[in-house]
This record gives sequence, C-alpha cells and structure tokens, in this order.
Amino acid sequence: MPDFASPLFHAALALDLVAIDPGLGGLVLRARSGFVRDAVVGRLSRLPLPLTRLHPQVSDEALYGGLDLAATLAAGTIVQEQGLLTTPSTLLLSMAERCPPGLAARLAGCMDREAGHMLIALDEGAEPDEACSPTLADRVAFRVDLEGATLAETRAPLDAPDLAEARARLAQTMVTLDLHRQTAELAVAFGVDGLRAPMFAIRAARAHAALRDAPLAAADVEVACAMVLAHRATRIPERDEDTETESPEPPPPDDGDGAEETPDQDSLEIPQELLLEAVSALLPPDLLDQLQARALRGARGSGAGAVQKGNRRGRPLPSRPGRPGNGARVDLVGTLRTAAPWQRMRAETAAVRDGLHIRASDIRLKRYEDRSDRVLIFAVDASGSAALARLAEAKGAIELLLGEAYARRDYVSLIAFRGTASEVLLPPTRSLVQTKRRLAELPGGGGTPLAAGLQTAMAEAEAARRRGMSPTICVLTDGRANIALDGSADRKQAAADAEKIARIARASRIEGLVLDCGNRPERSLATLADVMGARYLALPRANAERLSAAVSAALGD
Amino acid sequence: MKAPFPFSAIVGQDDMKLSLILTAIDPSIGGVLVFGDRGTGKSTAVRALAALLPPILRVEGCPVNAERPEDVPDWAVLETKTVSEAPTPVVDLPLGVTEDRVTGALDIEAALTRGEKAFQPGLLAKANRGYLYIDEVNLLEDHIVDLLLDVAQSGENVVEREGLSIRHAARFVLVGSGNPEEGELRPQLLDRFGLSVEVGSPPDIESRVEVLKRRDAYDRDHAAFMLRWQAEDAAIRERILTGRKALKKLDTPDETLTDVATLCVALGADGLRGELTLLKAARAYAAWRDDTALTRKHVRDVAAMALRHRLRRDPLDEAGSGTRVERVVEEVFA
Repeated sequence: MPDFASPLFHAALALDLVAIDPGLGGLVLRARSGFVRDAVVGRLSRLPLPLTRLHPQVSDEALYGGLDLAATLAAGTIVQEQGLLTTPSTLLLSMAERCPPGLAARLAGCMDREAGHMLIALDEGAEPDEACSPTLADRVAFRVDLEGATLAETRAPLDAPDLAEARARLAQTMVTLDLHRQTAELAVAFGVDGLRAPMFAIRAARAHAALRDAPLAAADVEVACAMVLAHRATRIPERDEDTETESPEPPPPDDGDGAEETPDQDSLEIPQELLLEAVSALLPPDLLDQLQARALRGARGSGAGAVQKGNRRGRPLPSRPGRPGNGARVDLVGTLRTAAPWQRMRAETAAVRDGLHIRASDIRLKRYEDRSDRVLIFAVDASGSAALARLAEAKGAIELLLGEAYARRDYVSLIAFRGTASEVLLPPTRSLVQTKRRLAELPGGGGTPLAAGLQTAMAEAEAARRRGMSPTICVLTDGRANIALDGSADRKQAAADAEKIARIARASRIEGLVLDCGNRPERSLATLADVMGARYLALPRANAERLSAAVSAALGD
Repeated sequence: MKAPFPFSAIVGQDDMKLSLILTAIDPSIGGVLVFGDRGTGKSTAVRALAALLPPILRVEGCPVNAERPEDVPDWAVLETKTVSEAPTPVVDLPLGVTEDRVTGALDIEAALTRGEKAFQPGLLAKANRGYLYIDEVNLLEDHIVDLLLDVAQSGENVVEREGLSIRHAARFVLVGSGNPEEGELRPQLLDRFGLSVEVGSPPDIESRVEVLKRRDAYDRDHAAFMLRWQAEDAAIRERILTGRKALKKLDTPDETLTDVATLCVALGADGLRGELTLLKAARAYAAWRDDTALTRKHVRDVAAMALRHRLRRDPLDEAGSGTRVERVVEEVFA
C-alpha cells in the first residue's frame, strides 16, 4: 500500500494512472493556487494529450468553434474558428467550483461521448460547500485534496516511470482475480451507488498493474479502490472484528510493497477486510461534514429576487457594444444604426465589395433586466420555551410557506437553533420533499441561542448571494435570547451578541423578517428587528395560516 | 467516434428500456422522462437508442428531415430532391443552450458577409421525426422549457424574429433525464412527457457485477463486444418494425376503454391526456408483445409508467407516486 499521507504523491500517482489509461477520465484537484498546486500542474505535461485551458465562463463559440467574427468581417468571407473541444485534449478547468451547471453538462456530455478528452478540474473552493460540480466529479476517477501538503514535499523528487511503456503493457495485463465482484461489493459497502465508480476502480487497478509491470495482484486492487472509492463514500461500513474508533485511523504505512507480502493471493479472492482497510485509510476526515455539504445547485433566473442584468430575457434595456456569443443576442437594428454613418467612408477605402461594411466594433448586443432567484432562509427557534404546541404551529406555517415558495420557484433553506448552537438542516434547495422531511424530524428543547441562529442564517445568506441568489432571512422565535454565542447561559451577553449579528445583517443589506410567535409580543424582539432593519410581526397565538399570510404580505407579493 | 454501448447489452432497467421501445413503436405516446441517480445508465440507454431505431426515409440534405420532396420547407435550398434512408435523428439539447440554437434564428454569417436574410435552422428542426434528448432536464432554464412546451404541443416551430417569419414541422419524441435531488420539474412539463420511469442502480451484487463485466468487455474488446450484441439489437429492431405493423391491426375492445377510464378517475389524474397516453401505451405494449387483442393485463403493466407523474400532487407529498398507482390498479382491477 503506497503512502497516501503525502497528497503530492497521491496526485502524482493519479496522474500517472490517467496517463496510462485515459479512460479514467481525469482528476479533481482540490487546492488553492500556489506552489504546491503548481508542482502537480507541472506534471500534467506527462499526459499523452495536449493541454487546453478552460475557465468557468468559457463561451460556446470557444468550446465548439464557430464564426471568427473579426476575421470574417475584415476579410468579407467566412472565417471559421476551431473549438477547444474539436480535437481530443486534456481539459484543464480552473476554478471548477464556479463552473455553472450549463458548462458542467456540456463537459459531461463531451466526456460521455468518449471522444478521448480528459478533464483536470482545479477546485479552489474554500468552504466545504463550494466544490466542483458533482456532474463532473462523477465522471473522473480521482479526487486529490492537496491540503496539508508542504512546500518541502514539492522538493522531494517523485519518481517518473516510463508511461509510454506502461501504456503499451496495459492491454496485456493478466487478470486472475474476480475483479468485477470485488469492486462491486466494495462500492456497495461504502454506499457508492452509481456504477461509474467500480468501473473506474477496475480500470485503475489494471493501469496500476501495468505501471508496476506485473500481473494484476491484490495490491493493485487495494490502491485502485482506495483512490477511486474513498472520496465517493457515503457511509463507513461497519466492521465485525473491532469497532475501535469512530473515525478510522490510517493504518501504519507499509514499508514494503503489498504484493510482496502477499504473493500467494494472486489467484485468490482478496479478503474484503483488506480492501475495506485500504479504502478507509483514504476516507476524508470530514466525511460526515462533506455529506451534509453536498449542496444542491440549480439553475438561476426568473425568480422573485433582486434585479440583475442579463442578456437573454427580462425587460429590454438599451443595447451595448460587445462580441456575440455566450448566449448574447445581436441587436441587429442597433448594429446597423452604428455602422450606417461609416458606410460611404468604408466603401471608399475598402476593397471593391458590395453590401454593407460592418466591423466587429459595430456589433451591438441586446441586454435584458431580470430578477434573480430568491432564497428564503428560515431560522426556526426550537428551544424549550417554544413549547411543543408552538413548535408544531411554526412547522405548520413553514409548510404553508413552502407550498407558496414552490409556486414562486423560490429556494428554501432551513436552520434550527436550540440548546447551545444552531445547525443548517437544509442548504438552499427547491426540493420540498427534503425540506418537509427535515422539518418533521426537527426536535425541540433547550435554550434559545438566538445569536447563533442569526449567525448561521447570515452565513447561509452570504453564501446564497455569492451564488447569485437574493436571500431573505425569516426568523421564527418566541422569546429573549438566553444563550450567548460562546454557548454560555448569560442573558445579557446573549442579547448583546444577537444585537451585534443583527447589526452586521443590516450592514450587509440582507432582507429580513422577524416573526414573534410567543404568547405575548416580546419587546426585545421588536428592538432586534429594528436593529436588523427587518420587519417585525407579532403573532400572538399565531396559527399557521395567519403566519403564512403575514409573511407573504411582508414579502410584497 | 466509438459506437455507443448496445441497447440490448444494458443489464436490467427493464422499465426504462420498455418505455423507450414503446415510443419507438408509437411516437405519438409523447416522450419519456427518466428520473434517477447518477451513473445508472440513463444517458447510455438514450444514446444506445439511436443505434437501435429503424432508419427513416427522408429527402437528402433537408434541414427538417422531410419525408416527401413536397414537404421540404421553401426556405431550404436543396440541390437534389432524392429520397434516401437515414438514421432516426436523436438530438442532444445541452443545458444552457440559447433560444436561437433551439428554434433557429437569422443566419448572422449570411447576413453579415453576403447581406442575405437566411434562416439558420435550430435543434428543433434537426430533431423533427426523431428524438430530442435533454439530460438534466430539471436544470433547464424556464424560458427554454416554455418554448419546448409550446412546440411539443403544436408540433410546429414558429420563428418570428429579426425580420424572419418561418414555420416548420417539429414533431419529436421528448426524452428527458434528470436527478430528482437536484430539483423538481414543473407540472406543466411533467404532463407533456407521455411516460415516466424511475431508475436506480441494480440492487443485487450479481447484476452489478454483470454490468461491470459487460462495460469492461465493451471498453477492452470493442469490436468483439459489438459483434456479440449486434444480433440482439437487430432482433429488437425487427420487433419494433413488426410492432408498428401490428399496432395498426390491433383491436381495442370497449371493456379496455372502460378499464382505462375507471383507472384514471380512481386516481384523479388531471385531464384526458392521462387516459389517451395510457391507452396508447397499452396498445403499443400489446403490439410489442405481438398479442392480437388488448386486454386488462396490458393496461395493468403500463399503468405505472403512464400515470405516475400525472397525479394531482401535493408538492410536499413524499410517498412515491408509482406505488400509489400500483395500489389503485390493484383496487380497481381486483
């Protein structure tokens, strides 16, 4: 078992395997830009195909080729431009965490057609919920997180085996194990549902054997499964022998090669435990956090949120100069109007040619004004003071609001605060079934950490705004804050903390709504709403329908 | 480019395969919606379908695949009018596609360089008489969805923009696939799909191993694998052709009509589209099985795929609608 403790080694091995078998699709490299990442990117030259750089805003024309407008207008004859995807190449997608769903789907389609492209996605996400689109991540075999790699490691020499020879050996690799069954069973054990992953594991095992120039052995399967399955795992399989720790400890790195230790296993089944161990060693330490963070990203636009300017739909605005492409539409009349005054002059100077003389600088694009999607962030007080009956009412109200949000195609996010902390029950989603399920499971009891709830809601709102949505925070509570941000039961501190967060919310101009659903209106909540710049609605003895009507009215539709 | 994975070599996923075959027998059923997780062979099946479908006759070079020379739209300038065989078009509609690409638009190239007002046909023209495939259909932008709904209903694409006034036939089978976790589909669009199936990874290890083995063989020994499955694909193609003929001769007894109507009333399915689709699907299914008469069994077998997405649905209801259909079928046909 190779030493995966070094992320650089891990990345180098992944690249070697991809170079041997391009069918592995490629690699998601999670790292901020820097020396360490550059060291890995430097090794991309070892891949058999030329490198093509892409960025998340790349246009269709650039991808698929099309009319070279400037050249065409200058020459007066059609000049075509080659697309980046026309010939097979290694696609290097930078800022993959910002890749819009449209581009992800196009690249995925390109990979599915098996025209020979490879994808290296550089994921620079800082937060766990900023990650490379799952559509793309699913189509490449490997994922390497370079976090923790040190500069010193980049200086350590990595061996550079001859890949061309290994590639030639790939077809002749002997397989004596029941590779298919092993990988299928292992994938199930780790809760990897799709069948792409075990497929990649099989290929990776073969490529690894070819790299070692040896018949396929248990060690190859171990390495392959560890590299392909670990980051896709959705659960940690229970082991019968011992359940020593909750988080699996990495096994002590083997000194020798695994195959040397177990030479007699070539024709036998590999013990399942061995493979489980191998994969567990590479399981990301924050697996459970990541599972939660697999946020849902959808299409945007045409919602009820803030106004944003676009070039495809909405209310028309005056046209602007620019290049067509990337979905922009040419304003033909505007373009002709711009070109018109110059016609005589251009006709005199240009070569003899009939028709209009239009230059690239004349092109005018249509622009529209549209509304971005709105996301409603519910921060629900599930503390003990919001006694069970009230909690049930709050749930009922939220369900009604959800129904309305569905009709308006709004996104919904759910945060609960109780005890000493708050948690995100659901990141922004349009899936109402999930929201309802989480809501039903929401337990009650404990203190009222209002500040913590507001803080989480703020973080969620900021994240949503970064994704181009318009957030609205809706706080449902019934009482005074009594738990401070640090978790201590200090009423004074708690109130001060809540006010502080409310002030930040106001400064970042996040729309808000405070719903007081206590038995009597609570003065401190009205003050809080004032500080937050939010609307305050006292709903003593609120029933679900009144609550929902109040929110709808406050949101102005 | 490598030939796609053969249709007949797909392990399991019988619902999905059957629904695609039924639309091949009777395209007027109106499309298939495939919902399921990643890596369950949704796109593989649709891409395989292209190789499976029987060829169509069309005027050579016609942008809308017209069957007869007189159907060729007048804006299309063709050199020949010969009719020849061509594969049934299966057109991909990529996510984030622009309206221009879908409906077609003014040919900017021709307009700017030659000063001609020409129409550049879009994907709808290309998909006429064939299939239009949308992967990740639930992420499709709303304005494109509206456009597709309009065309799918009228069977005609009307372009009125930039001084163009063009209309052409656009009859296609809409095939959509998506992952329900990423968002839901508007009920209006749901209803436009004739059939709806849910796919998942095979539950048992045996079929998973079989999938892996076949895929591995496809990757490693492509030519031999294609040869191995060619005959079975051809057999399905034959059966589709036979089914199309059989469909014309198939009797629909009155009691089956009553069955269909009773079922839809019991389920509270909106509108008459449900009844019509269920009937068409049952007839296509009978033709596929080469049965001579339509019976209750046919209706029963296709009821779930024809109706599960049409139930008047509480958006917050989480019970699978497929099971709801099956339960009602059991009650009605008990």
